[in-house]
Amino acid sequence: MSDSADTPTEESFEPTEPNTGEEFEPVQVFPDEETMDLRPGADSCTKCSTCDTNCPVAEVDDEFPGPKFQGPEQWRLKQTDDGDEFAVDDSIMDCSNCMRCDDACPSGVPLSQMHNEARGEYVDEQMSKLSTEYWRNRILANYRTSAWLASKVPRIANVAMNFGPARWVMEKTLGVTSEREFPAFATETFSEWWAAQGGAAGSRERAREARERRGEPLDADKKVAYFHGCYSEYNTPEVARALVRVYEHFGYEIVVPEQGCSGTPMFANGMLDDARRHAEVNVSSMADLVEEGYDAIASCTSCSLALRQEYPELFDIDGIEDVAENTFESIEYLRIHEDVRGALQDAEIGDELAEEFAYHAPCHARNQGLERQAVELFRDLDGVAVEDVGDSCSGISGTYGWKDEKYEKSMAIGEEMFDHMEDAESTTGMTECPTCSMQMEHGTGYDIRHPIELVAAALVE
Amino acid sequence: MAIDSEVLVVGGGLAGVTSAIAAARAGADVRLVSYKQSSLRQASGLIDVLGYVGDEVVVDPYDAIPELHEDHPYRLVGVETVRDAMALFDETVDGYHGDHTETNALLPTHGGTVKPTARYPAGAAEGVASDDRDTLLVGFERLVDFDAPLAASHVEAAGAPFSADGVTITFPGDLQADAKVTRYAKLLDQNSPVAVDGRKVDTRSALAQRVASHLDGHERVGFPAVLGDDHTDAVRATLAEELGVAVFEVPMGPPSLPGLRLEDRLFDALDRSGARYEVGNPVVDYEGEDRIERVVVERNGSRVPYSADQYVLATGGLVSKGVESDREGVREPIFDCHVPHPGDRYDWFEDGVFDDHAFARFGVDVGSDLRPRGASGSVEFENLRAAGATIGGYDFAAEKSGSGVSIATGYAAGRAATEDLT
Repeated sequence: MSDSADTPTEESFEPTEPNTGEEFEPVQVFPDEETMDLRPGADSCTKCSTCDTNCPVAEVDDEFPGPKFQGPEQWRLKQTDDGDEFAVDDSIMDCSNCMRCDDACPSGVPLSQMHNEARGEYVDEQMSKLSTEYWRNRILANYRTSAWLASKVPRIANVAMNFGPARWVMEKTLGVTSEREFPAFATETFSEWWAAQGGAAGSRERAREARERRGEPLDADKKVAYFHGCYSEYNTPEVARALVRVYEHFGYEIVVPEQGCSGTPMFANGMLDDARRHAEVNVSSMADLVEEGYDAIASCTSCSLALRQEYPELFDIDGIEDVAENTFESIEYLRIHEDVRGALQDAEIGDELAEEFAYHAPCHARNQGLERQAVELFRDLDGVAVEDVGDSCSGISGTYGWKDEKYEKSMAIGEEMFDHMEDAESTTGMTECPTCSMQMEHGTGYDIRHPIELVAAALVE
Repeated sequence: MAIDSEVLVVGGGLAGVTSAIAAARAGADVRLVSYKQSSLRQASGLIDVLGYVGDEVVVDPYDAIPELHEDHPYRLVGVETVRDAMALFDETVDGYHGDHTETNALLPTHGGTVKPTARYPAGAAEGVASDDRDTLLVGFERLVDFDAPLAASHVEAAGAPFSADGVTITFPGDLQADAKVTRYAKLLDQNSPVAVDGRKVDTRSALAQRVASHLDGHERVGFPAVLGDDHTDAVRATLAEELGVAVFEVPMGPPSLPGLRLEDRLFDALDRSGARYEVGNPVVDYEGEDRIERVVVERNGSRVPYSADQYVLATGGLVSKGVESDREGVREPIFDCHVPHPGDRYDWFEDGVFDDHAFARFGVDVGSDLRPRGASGSVEFENLRAAGATIGGYDFAAEKSGSGVSIATGYAAGRAATEDLT
């Protein structure tokens, strides 16, 4: 080789990885904290703007500068000598944290990580802790707390939360839109039902019976830890119950470890301290189980994405990488380990569920490469048709569409999905994400189901 | 266990999708896995087969193919296969024109050059440069990628048989300085009301009104390619009706809506073919010796095996990272297939920008069966074929042959993989 002394470094160049080289000096992003250094990510950005063309907010909002600015460009601005003079731009709160930009970037720039860090800094340092916005966001982000409270008196809560005058007051004082109806709280939480089924011991027994019936070794190593998330705990325990039935049918013993919120709504509102507190609980209980040979499964695609991606990107907690590597979406896990396709080919669907579904792939499922899973899986199931309603974002993005000032934007983003749902044959929707489900129902009035419910109906009942 | 199919295609661009469709139509159970969105969104959306041989513009690509060197991918698969592959594209992908003839069409580009191409989106049809109708090109003040007056004078200077003028207007509505192309498209798709002189007017009408005063006898109007995404035909139809002249889109540089629309149409065609597909996780490894037994897909740190009887490698070239290079050499990263290249990296390029660079032809070495070959010329894996820009030995940028080679080799690889199923 004729390359000479002017070669700056001998290190190999990896196009999809941050290319730091020898002279790279780490920069402390927040001086008081042990946060991740994002310089390699910023350096990898080639300004191709693919992220911007994937951003659902930039498509409808004339004020929003897009992910390329929010991520690498803003980060770079803040590293200049007088970087202290650059505050995080207010528009960071208009990012919905759909995370499509991550999936879009051909150069591996960790855009959502940059957005999460910037949003955290903005809320910590620039948002008044006395403002209505702060407290409104904090209450929305800590949905688990409100849901826990409501679940103690579900019937009263269901009436009270949608009581007109109360909603008017919530909109005027807190900025929570009165356009939406609050989801109903179940009269029996998933945990209450699970305890009544005998918990882990009951599951082990049922799993053994299933293995015997399936001709599998009784001591087969089939055990999963279920991260049900807040929504199947308090609002749609039927999803969690369906998951339990399906997994036990395939001979898996299930444990339901102690868990908090996955953190998704907290990341989206820049409440990183709250998110960390919950992550510590989740990682601590999941890491022990992973070490014992359990895999973690989640039925909510935002929960599985948080555990897989946001946790290791944002937090440094003992065991967090092991948990991330061993977490799967619930149907994805079965597709990897069981012949679900074959089982569904032999199955038929009972008449209690609809025959046709308009399926929307949540952005967070897309980020895990799962956007075609439901369509693909049910293609082989007799008597059922699942139609993909396209690749647009539903627009609600968790707590985003609940904010009074974001409601119109959220509906504008969702319009494409609503149109495609109206065009589809079915009048029942399907999705993995609880808040996409709210938006689908809100925009069309359709009943919305989770794919695991259809698997359960086909294989178990 | 592994996620199983008969044919597994790695890569989701034009070559991979064509390959998967060809295999599915030949009866195979097919799965396509792609790491990222393809480089189509950086492409013009035009489908070139062969635009130049040396410095000569090609009139009929099929006549010119025999003039190419014998290791060129077109020569390896044969001219009849190129025809059949283009027929498959025409049959399965909606919204394209140009299949009425084998000769190239000439399309004006956003830089005002005229490009020979084989197929073009319906939206560009009224803009063909062989048509002698006088043309008005309209640019938008804040969409700086398209300078309409400059493009118009370039087109005239290129010898187009019509007169062209350009005008720059402000797009209606209060768009910010760096509004994304998708923002323009969304406003036009949804025909949202925008504020014009204190009144609310539908976007399409508001745009037509701003152009109308500049029409001045021109018989067709060309806009930058941002005229809608989902409803682009309707957007053009409304503008044409309100202006009373033909309307077309000028293909733009990245990020390109015609490229995005082509990607959507390809995946619709893939879905209709019955093939399965998934996008978002990379293939990082394989198991096997002379035969590939399984490949490994990495999902957020966990390694998931995918097995198949036959495999197609369509991960793209240097741009799409299907071929990688560093100071030590050039390689194909998944199967480590041999990529011929000079040992001294100063021989990889020439000094002039438009010179005949070696790097432009980097890619795996294949024979007429499209199986990658090692340095000694022996087949690397009996059940692996390559397609598209992963294959070396041709310079698609200079020849304007990128899309055609992807379609032809994708088709051939998909068909051959299916015939070889055990």
